[in-house]
Amino acid sequence: RTKTQNFCRNEYNLTGLCNRSSCPLANSQYATIREEKGRCYLYMKTIERAAFPRRLWERVLLNKNYEKALEEIDENLIYWPRFIRHKCKQRFTKITQYLIRIRKLTLKRQRKLVPLRRKIERRENRREEKALIAAQLDNAIEKELLERLKQDTYGDIYNFPIHAFDKALQQQDVESESESDAEKEDDDEDTDTREFVEADDSDLSDFEDMDKLETSSEEEQEEEEEVEKKASHSTSKGKTPLKGPARRKRRYIEIEYEEETEPTTRTKAA
Amino acid sequence: AGDGSGLVGAAVDDGGPPAPERVLFPPTFSVSEIKNKQRRHFMFLRWKQQQRKEKLAAKKKRRKEREALGDKAPPKAVPKTIENQRVYDETTVDPNDEEVAFDEATDEFAPYFNRQTVPKILITTSDRPRGRTVRFCEQLSTVIPNSHVYYRRGLALKRIIPQCIARDFTDLIVINEDRKIPNGLVLSHLPDGPTAHFRMSSVRLRKEIKRTGKEPTEHVPEVILNNFTTRLGHSVGRMFASLFPHDPQFIGRQVATFHNQRDYIFFRFHRYIFKSEKKVGIQELGPRFTLKLRSLQKGTFDSKFGEYEWIHKRREMDTSRRKFHL
Repeated sequence: RTKTQNFCRNEYNLTGLCNRSSCPLANSQYATIREEKGRCYLYMKTIERAAFPRRLWERVLLNKNYEKALEEIDENLIYWPRFIRHKCKQRFTKITQYLIRIRKLTLKRQRKLVPLRRKIERRENRREEKALIAAQLDNAIEKELLERLKQDTYGDIYNFPIHAFDKALQQQDVESESESDAEKEDDDEDTDTREFVEADDSDLSDFEDMDKLETSSEEEQEEEEEVEKKASHSTSKGKTPLKGPARRKRRYIEIEYEEETEPTTRTKAA
Repeated sequence: AGDGSGLVGAAVDDGGPPAPERVLFPPTFSVSEIKNKQRRHFMFLRWKQQQRKEKLAAKKKRRKEREALGDKAPPKAVPKTIENQRVYDETTVDPNDEEVAFDEATDEFAPYFNRQTVPKILITTSDRPRGRTVRFCEQLSTVIPNSHVYYRRGLALKRIIPQCIARDFTDLIVINEDRKIPNGLVLSHLPDGPTAHFRMSSVRLRKEIKRTGKEPTEHVPEVILNNFTTRLGHSVGRMFASLFPHDPQFIGRQVATFHNQRDYIFFRFHRYIFKSEKKVGIQELGPRFTLKLRSLQKGTFDSKFGEYEWIHKRREMDTSRRKFHL
C-alpha cells in the first residue's frame, strides 16, 4: 500500500492497483492477460456470463509472435472500452519482456547459492583451530628440513664440520672460501658485528675453529679483518644466524651440485 | 554443617583467613549445599586448593617411586591424543605397497614425476573478484613458479579449459570468492586430470603475517608434504606436488609446506636457514591458508557430468571424531 494507491490482490486484475476502473469484481466487462508456462492467454469476462461463475472467464491463447498477438488482442477486444484494451496491451508487453529475460538468464551460468549451516561452520572452525594447534607446524617443518639435511638431499651446499673432520680440512675450506669471496656479498658492518655474536651461538667446533684462526693470524688490523671475514664467511656459509627480519642477509652461494634428489616425501605416519 | 559455617562466618568480609594446611571437611558436607553464594564460592575455592595440593603431592610421590625403581620402572604413560586414537583407515598406504607404487607410476601425474612435463599454472578467480582476492592471487602466483594470473570476465570454465590445454597449461587453479574473501579453491590438473575442490579458510596475506621478510624470490621452492597417509591423501598430495617444478633450487632456501592434520591441509611458505647441524631457523613469508577437501573428481572440472571419486558426505563422514580421510 503506497501513500496514494492500494494494490489489488485479485489475480485477474489488469493493472495491479485497486481502483474502481481496474477492479475485476467491480466491472462486469473486463479483460486481462495472464501467462502460464511461458504462453500468454487473454482472459475475458462479459456480463452475459455473470450468472455462471464456472464459465465466467473466457480464455484465448495468444500467438507467440508479438505483433500477431497484439492484433489478436485487438480483434478480440474490438468494441471494448479503450482503457481496457490499452492496459491489456501494456500488460502483454511487460509479460513478454520478462519472459525473454528469463530465457536469457537460464542460458548463462547462474551462481548457485549453497546455504551454510551455522552449527557446521562453527564446528569446522573450532576443529581447524585445534588441528592447527595439534599440528605444530614450525616444529614439523624444522624436523623435516633437518631430516633432509641428514639424508644429504642438499648435497654439498652446507658443510657442517662434525667433530670427526680434521681441522686441516676446515682450514683448506677456508682458503678456498677466500677465493670465492669476490662472489659473495660483502658487508663489513655485518660481519664485524656478527663476529661477536657468532662466537656465542655456534658449536664448540666452530668456536675452536675461529679461535684457531684468530690466533693464527697476525695482529695487523688488515689481516685480522680479513681473517675475521674469512672466518665469518666460512662459518656463516651455512649458518648466518637469524637475527630477526632486520638483519636478514641472503647469501647467494653459487655452488654447483650434480644430483638433485626428489624433494617430496609423501608419507609420514601420523 | 556446623563446622563449615562457623569457619566461613568469619570470612565473609575480607575473603577469609589464610587457608589452613589441612582443611577438614566433615564427611557429609558438600560445597554445593551452602545457600549463600559468597560463602559457597569461598568454600569452593578452598576445596579446589586442597584438591590441587593433593594432586601435586600424588605426582611427587609417583615421581619419587619412579626414580627409586630406576630401570625397572614401568614405561611412561603416553597421553591419548586424537592422532593416537585415530580410527584405522583401511586405505592407509604402506610405503612398500606395490599396488600403490604401480598405480602411481601409471596415473595422471606420472609424466610429471618422470620429469617429462614442466608445470605451468593458470590462476583465476570467480566473477568479479574483490581486492583481497586479487591480491591473494598475485601473492600465490609469486609463490608458485611459472604461474600466471588471468581475470575471468564471465567466462565459462568449460570453455576455457580446452583453451588452456591448447596453450599448454598443466594446472588450473580457481579461487572462489564470497563476500570479498576467498573461500574456495578448485585445483584441476589439466590434460584430463583429477579435479579437487577445497574449502579455503583463514587466508592471511603477506602483510597480515607478522615478522615476514622480503618477498619470495624467483627460485623454485622445495615442497614438503606431511601426513598424507591414505590413498586419497596420496593422490591429493601428488596433486600438490605437481604444482611445483621438480627441481628445487636449494640456493633459494624456500620451502612450501602442505601439512595435513585431521583432514585440514595447512599451507605455509617459509624461508629457512641452517644455523648449525641441529638447528634450523625458519621465517614465514608468503601467504598462508588452510584447505579442507570437499570433493575429488576424476576428469577435469565438470559439475554435472563429472565422475566423482570422493565427496565429503557430512552425514556419513562426520559422525566420528576420530575418523579422518586424508
